[in-house]
Amino acid sequence: MTEALSPARAPLRQTKLRPRHLLVALVVLLASILLSVLLGAAELGWQRVLGEIVAQLTGGMSPLSEREAAILWQLRVPRVVLGVLVGAALAVSGAAFQGVFRNPLADPYLLGAASGAGLGATLVITTAPSVPVQFAAFAGALGGVGLTWLVGRSAGRDTATLVLAGVAVGAFLTAGQTFVQQLRVETLEQVYMWILGRLTTTGWREVLIVLPYLAISAVVLCTCARLLDLLGTGDEEAAALGVHPGWVRLLVLTAASLATAAAVSVAGLIGFVGLVVPHLVRLAVGGSFRIIVPLSLLFGGAFLVVADMLARTVLAPAEIPIGVITAFTGAPFFAVLLHRRRA
Amino acid sequence: MSATSGAGVRRRLPGHACPTAPAERREDMTGFRRLATLLLAMLALLAGVTACATRPRSDAPAPADDPAAAFPVKVELPGSPPVTLPQQPKRIISLSPTATETLYAIGAGDQVIAVDQYSNFPAQAPRTDLSGFTADAAAVGAHTPDLVIAPDNAAKLAEGLKVVNVPTLLTPSATTLEDAYQQIEVLGQATGHTKQAAQLVDRMRSQIDEIVRNTPRPPQPLSYFHEVSPDYYTATSQSFVGSVYGLFGLHNIADPAGGKFPQLSEEHVVQANPNLIFVADTKCCQVNAAAVAARPGWNTLDAVQHGRIIGLDDDIAGRWGPRVVDLVRAIGDGVAKAQHG
Repeated sequence: MTEALSPARAPLRQTKLRPRHLLVALVVLLASILLSVLLGAAELGWQRVLGEIVAQLTGGMSPLSEREAAILWQLRVPRVVLGVLVGAALAVSGAAFQGVFRNPLADPYLLGAASGAGLGATLVITTAPSVPVQFAAFAGALGGVGLTWLVGRSAGRDTATLVLAGVAVGAFLTAGQTFVQQLRVETLEQVYMWILGRLTTTGWREVLIVLPYLAISAVVLCTCARLLDLLGTGDEEAAALGVHPGWVRLLVLTAASLATAAAVSVAGLIGFVGLVVPHLVRLAVGGSFRIIVPLSLLFGGAFLVVADMLARTVLAPAEIPIGVITAFTGAPFFAVLLHRRRA
Repeated sequence: MSATSGAGVRRRLPGHACPTAPAERREDMTGFRRLATLLLAMLALLAGVTACATRPRSDAPAPADDPAAAFPVKVELPGSPPVTLPQQPKRIISLSPTATETLYAIGAGDQVIAVDQYSNFPAQAPRTDLSGFTADAAAVGAHTPDLVIAPDNAAKLAEGLKVVNVPTLLTPSATTLEDAYQQIEVLGQATGHTKQAAQLVDRMRSQIDEIVRNTPRPPQPLSYFHEVSPDYYTATSQSFVGSVYGLFGLHNIADPAGGKFPQLSEEHVVQANPNLIFVADTKCCQVNAAAVAARPGWNTLDAVQHGRIIGLDDDIAGRWGPRVVDLVRAIGDGVAKAQHG
């Protein structure tokens, strides 16, 4: 965790977000959404799904039966929308974390959000099954990050200290989770599956739960992107330009942690999205956070929607945990990235 | 709380032969409970072990009427190492809820000194906080057992107990009724209750045959969905519970997914529109007919509209001991109901 790995050293080909890039990202996202709506475990036939969508728009006759329409509008579409939201949240948070810590290996789980959520979820799974896991994971994620912040602040004000505090808090909370698990071993598999992640939908409920948090966080992070670029130049330069680095970091980390907590609460611990997507954007377009943050938002949504589509269809009618898909695509990429760094 | 929020879900992964259906959520063991367990264990120690129950003499040549004469005995279950018992075990520890039920049903209950925390049936079984998942040889050995019966994923425990000369019988998950019967018979051999085990198996066979015979056959095969947990973990025909459904000629909507306990896409369950929905997560996760009907999109299912959602006891649906008869009865009732409704 050194600043020698600063992404600011990556070639800055672009600094401004161009409409062209935004348009490409939007087209990719919409194409991913459409593909995921047309394909699923239930073979509704893509022409018939298109017919249903047209019928909904024009008030015409739909080729789908009532049950098939329920599958489409109450099971599949909410899950696609949730995938977009969760993917966008994780990717934009990952970009923000990489910006704050100036570390390409930073991801949204760096400050104890994952271990906090894991402990929260495990606690209710094992001891209070009447409490929704979503709530416990959300509270746990925020609690983990808060604890890291407190520990880090007591030791120093620099980001390296905060990262180390995150390591310590993460280890502590994970140990707590393991201890709780050992008390009720029969829940091991459930906790394990939760860690692998899954987009769980109960109609539109989860979408409505996470939407406000994600919307607020996305707006905050996109408006702070320019400040992240300034931080990249160093704290003193940023301060000279009238930016208070400490406050910017606090605001960005709070917004990103809120988005991460909301995502984790409905999808478990889906790995690699927050790590891989910002890097892909950086490699393709450039190293400025004014570009990386908004494009990560859009591509993150697209990436996770496609991953979930694979999770639903590859072994249909059985499901694969989505975390397996993201790790499967993310891990090799990660290895390549490390290799390039070494060169 | 939504049914799919996953709270209190239990599941068995394909490939992870979970030997025991995890027991229902239990209140934390209170001090009183702990004390009671301890007292029971002490009582069992003090009382010593009573002799075997007297059994009615049958005219058939009785196998091993005098348990002592039947020992030493070598017992073996397919897929597990054979176990040799020099004399009749008097201090048995069962770490498998299925085995616990069987031991009490064949009259070996008096020889049981401790069972694992999930062995919640019968009520008099001396529950401890041992667990078939995590028990280590030292914790089990501290009870000085002369036979330990454990799920087949406790191979490490068996190795540890071998060192201190405690025979450990590993019981794999049954996948058919015949497997289940065989396990009952082997437990009979191992405990000196061969005859009672044989009688239990005969009784189970005849009761199950009778239920299946008396259940009207539908004109066309009925399809069913068996829910293991609210996130649509299910059991295929390859699983033990699936083989029980097979007795009634039911068609399992999960079979295309392969394996024993796959996780199905909710889309697939709704599209398959099963005639019958059996929920075996009633105790762990409070799933019932109302909860199923309330799931978004599920109101379009025939089984929901015609009230063909049958709640099963999680434990009865997840074990392969003597209470399989109750499972068969519950399924038979559902099949009969489906044809009246």
